[in-house]
Amino acid sequence: MGQSNMKEIAIVAYQQSDCVSDAGAANEVELIIPVLGKVFEQVGITNAQDVDFVCSGSCDYLQGAAFAFVMGVDALGAVPPIKESHVEMDAAWALYESMLKIRMGHAESALIYGFGKSSPGELPNVLSQQLDPYYLAPLWVDTISLAAMQARLMLDQGLITERDMAEVVARSRRNAQGNPHAQLGGDVSAEDVLAQQTYVSPLRKADICPVSDGASAVVIATVEKAREWGVPYAVISGIDHCIETHNLGVRDLTDSISTRRAAANAGVGDGRVDVAELYAPFSHQEIILSRALELGEDTRVNPSGGVLAGNLMMASGLSRIGEVFNRIVAGEAQRGVAHATSGPCLQHNLVTVLEKGETA
Amino acid sequence: MSDENNVGEDNETVTGIEAPIYLKYNFTAGAAASRFLTRIKEGVLTGQRCPRCSQVYIPPRGSCAACGVPTEEEVELADKATVESFTIVSIPIPGNPIEPPFVVANLVPDGANISVIHLLSECDNAEVHIGQRVQAVWKPQEEWGYALDNIRYFKPLDEPDVPVERIGKLPVTGLEG
Ligand SMILES: [Zn+2]
Repeated sequence: MGQSNMKEIAIVAYQQSDCVSDAGAANEVELIIPVLGKVFEQVGITNAQDVDFVCSGSCDYLQGAAFAFVMGVDALGAVPPIKESHVEMDAAWALYESMLKIRMGHAESALIYGFGKSSPGELPNVLSQQLDPYYLAPLWVDTISLAAMQARLMLDQGLITERDMAEVVARSRRNAQGNPHAQLGGDVSAEDVLAQQTYVSPLRKADICPVSDGASAVVIATVEKAREWGVPYAVISGIDHCIETHNLGVRDLTDSISTRRAAANAGVGDGRVDVAELYAPFSHQEIILSRALELGEDTRVNPSGGVLAGNLMMASGLSRIGEVFNRIVAGEAQRGVAHATSGPCLQHNLVTVLEKGETA
Repeated sequence: MSDENNVGEDNETVTGIEAPIYLKYNFTAGAAASRFLTRIKEGVLTGQRCPRCSQVYIPPRGSCAACGVPTEEEVELADKATVESFTIVSIPIPGNPIEPPFVVANLVPDGANISVIHLLSECDNAEVHIGQRVQAVWKPQEEWGYALDNIRYFKPLDEPDVPVERIGKLPVTGLEG
């Protein structure tokens, strides 16, 4: 998305629920409402009436209830009616849609939220049904097995070692100790991880993100609107997404070409990257993504712990953007990159660049 | 075999493949709905009041859809109600065991502000009207489950009609309350 001659758009608020392994009796609306309440409070607004557009991301397959996202509107205060949309994807793409809405001049502000209750089903099997319907979905190839084959390719080609993977896990667990919403945090060493048995070889359980229930929400607005609200903000200086073929045999699974392309279009390389939040559901994928984004030693990767510490399906991508926003408004970073993914083995990738805005 | 799909004389056109999907879920209705279903198993209709606009919702969904805020206060409702609107169904609905003609009505239980849909029976269909007072006819207690059909249907009450402007605004004590 080109940036010239267009209104600057900024993130002005971000909230996420705790990542929990089982949200119990709570339904999706009950997961969303507390998060929306907090994000409205952060901006100083009452409900979705106070923004121009609302877009959510969720997937009915997760909880096995058709049109579950429609119930989400109960959380918004949609009387009188509001402008609302939905993507059957991670809410990072709902943010992308909302940016287009603002770019077209149809809105000055937008609420974006994502939610997932994955605990009711068997997530790796549920996700097998996103594969091509003729050749792969009938085989029930689950997401963990596909990722394991990807990791095997990388190990056999000498592109990574099991220790590299274990170090990703150890850093995630350590960083997650500072994230009150994380599900798996702890003082874990690479040796501890390597001592675990393999689960779906070469992956150990710790190489795989946990199944989590929860929600997250973001408010975006034009910089003018952000200043009117008088809240700290981070400018979205670039955003793009690219998708690869569903035919896994055609793809180079040891690299993420779509991430490279999206990163180039979003302008990742145009400045220093202080912080990066990467949606890597498997440890080896964080290494693929860091390389595809050409991140150097001076970039802090996944200070939140990332999704290895808690993975809210349909919200984790949006949360990555929110986590980078948090680092920028906290003054810990001037510029950061957020990445979201969808599909098996990093098929579809969205890259967002955030920068500290000028002080109002 | 259509021309554009000609796959050669020796091959059959594939018009479908079998790819059955079986996915198991531990479904949860939600905290608010679970609470409502637990109480209706005890023969009690309950709603939830919005802390902002004070409307009482039945069945409760855990939020006020109008205000977008959580509803936590549980309110016991009467099993007496007022007809807000109705239709007389004269055609059989596939899979529905009820013989037509039958009356489906939007009913507002006393103490609630939002209607629920249920059946009206033991009535002259031609005389059903908006503002009419009705009461629940429950199944025998031993048949009660976690379901709204613990109530078989509603039947007319010998009470004066509710003026249109008061429908949906009665207290739990009813018209005289
Ligand atoms: Zn309300």
